[in-house]
Amino acid sequence: MKEVKDFIVAETVRYNDMYGMLRLRPADGSPLPDIKPGQFVQVAVRTPGVFLRRPISINWVDADNGTLDLLVRRAGRGTEAMLRLVAGDTVNILLPLGNGFDTGMHPGSKAILIGGGVGVAPLLYLGRKLADEGVDVHFLLGARSSGDLLQRERFEAVGHVHLSTEDGSVGEKGLVTKHSVLGSEFDRIYCCGPSPMMKAVAAIARERGTECYVSLENMMACGLGACLCCVENTVKGNVCVCTEGPVFNVEMLNW
Amino acid sequence: MVELKVNIGGLELKNPVLTASGTFGYGEEFSPFIDLNRLGGYIVKGTTLNHREGNSYPRMVETPSGMLNAVGLQNKGVDYFIEHIYPRIRQIDSRLIVNVSGAKVEDYVETARRLAPLEDVSAIEVNISCPNVKEGGMAFGTTASGAAEVAREIRKVFPRTMIVKLSPNVTSVADIARAVEAEGADSVSLINTIMGMSIDVERRRPHLSTITGGLSGPAVRPVAVRMVWQVAKAVKIPVIGLGGIMDGRDAIEFMLAGATAVEIGTANFIDPAVTMKVIDFMEDYCTRHGIRDINEIVGCI
Repeated sequence: MKEVKDFIVAETVRYNDMYGMLRLRPADGSPLPDIKPGQFVQVAVRTPGVFLRRPISINWVDADNGTLDLLVRRAGRGTEAMLRLVAGDTVNILLPLGNGFDTGMHPGSKAILIGGGVGVAPLLYLGRKLADEGVDVHFLLGARSSGDLLQRERFEAVGHVHLSTEDGSVGEKGLVTKHSVLGSEFDRIYCCGPSPMMKAVAAIARERGTECYVSLENMMACGLGACLCCVENTVKGNVCVCTEGPVFNVEMLNW
Repeated sequence: MVELKVNIGGLELKNPVLTASGTFGYGEEFSPFIDLNRLGGYIVKGTTLNHREGNSYPRMVETPSGMLNAVGLQNKGVDYFIEHIYPRIRQIDSRLIVNVSGAKVEDYVETARRLAPLEDVSAIEVNISCPNVKEGGMAFGTTASGAAEVAREIRKVFPRTMIVKLSPNVTSVADIARAVEAEGADSVSLINTIMGMSIDVERRRPHLSTITGGLSGPAVRPVAVRMVWQVAKAVKIPVIGLGGIMDGRDAIEFMLAGATAVEIGTANFIDPAVTMKVIDFMEDYCTRHGIRDINEIVGCI
């Protein structure tokens, strides 16, 4: 069930100038709703020049402690203000939104979760859920440079981690789509990152006939399927990314 | 006990709060957050005779205190609405109003004709003011003769309350309002979005696929309040005010300017429960000011 409620910032981590993490808990002490990996929240940001909520994917859910993590990349005034939040601040959140990733994989099957930039955010919680179901989880994470690779230890705690950087400062040098791990067979590919990266990954998946899911980031207003602003042109016509996505099987997309 | 009931051209609303078309889906999207039965009414997504895919992405950009949209009336057509959506939402104990749009007068008329037998469609809101479609839409709403023609023809086929939604993108909105009143409109609602434009200076291209779009949100509110005030002075039929209402205070402002009812639009995107807060505020406002019937404040400026 979707809800709108105040959350308290329990903890923040600043990774570098561009990226940070917010750990949030419901202000009224209520339990978190059921959240699927790949779902997102809409954050109300109270700062001059920001009007709409900001859609942010869910990085991690700790149901036992009643907290969720948001990985935030500084992209404009809204995310800048979010990165200025400190422990104890209150923030209004609309959640959980979107369809989330399909995690129905057989135990023992092999998945690769490919992320670039802030797109790695939803893959951490997805990897946890898949690993819990006995899936062999491989992360392939790409960044410009080693300093932009986020939460490496947290990914390593969940699955096998493979790295690509454009400058070769860590992992293999080049784009994720050229990484040697893609020489192996996988039963399913999950991907979240910049659009050119997702399109390149989708092309690889198509060529191999591997099932592939991507998470889109279209600009949105409501997050509820009401404003029809965030549409993606699919084989079924224009559909709302906020309700029919953000995760799509690439067969649905006109890529 | 405060009386919040208002009357829009023969249609009684339990309170003055309606939801603006295109910002509230079909109501169901908001059921996790509010009791839909408490609304005065809900105006569903712009409906056309045939299915429309709408404009290409990107369709939206945030602007100072508002947003531009260029959705372009994406909807599955009136027959789909009647067959698949109406049976679900007609149960809601609130006035269901369908926003009707079209490219040609005949399309408006045929859409209205098909809606006429649906007894739970209490009213239609005729959209002659959408700035985001190439044909029809706002073209009818920018001349008194075009607006009058649409109102006259729909009046022949739709027997219940007909609201005409007016465009602010005109020289004299009062002239358009008078023209549709003369053709039998029961009410006018205003304002639809103000045509605007925004450019991504780094990429040197417009933010919207359609270049221009419709501006909504609190940025347009003073323009909307002024136009509601002008129109309320120009016509005898009830006026419905909208344009950047974010809370109860804003809603009261429109009523003081002459609106008998209000529509909440873009604010639903920020706070999906805003409509309930507006209703609560109205009750509280009347109590604080010793007003027994909210109709007492309509147009007192």
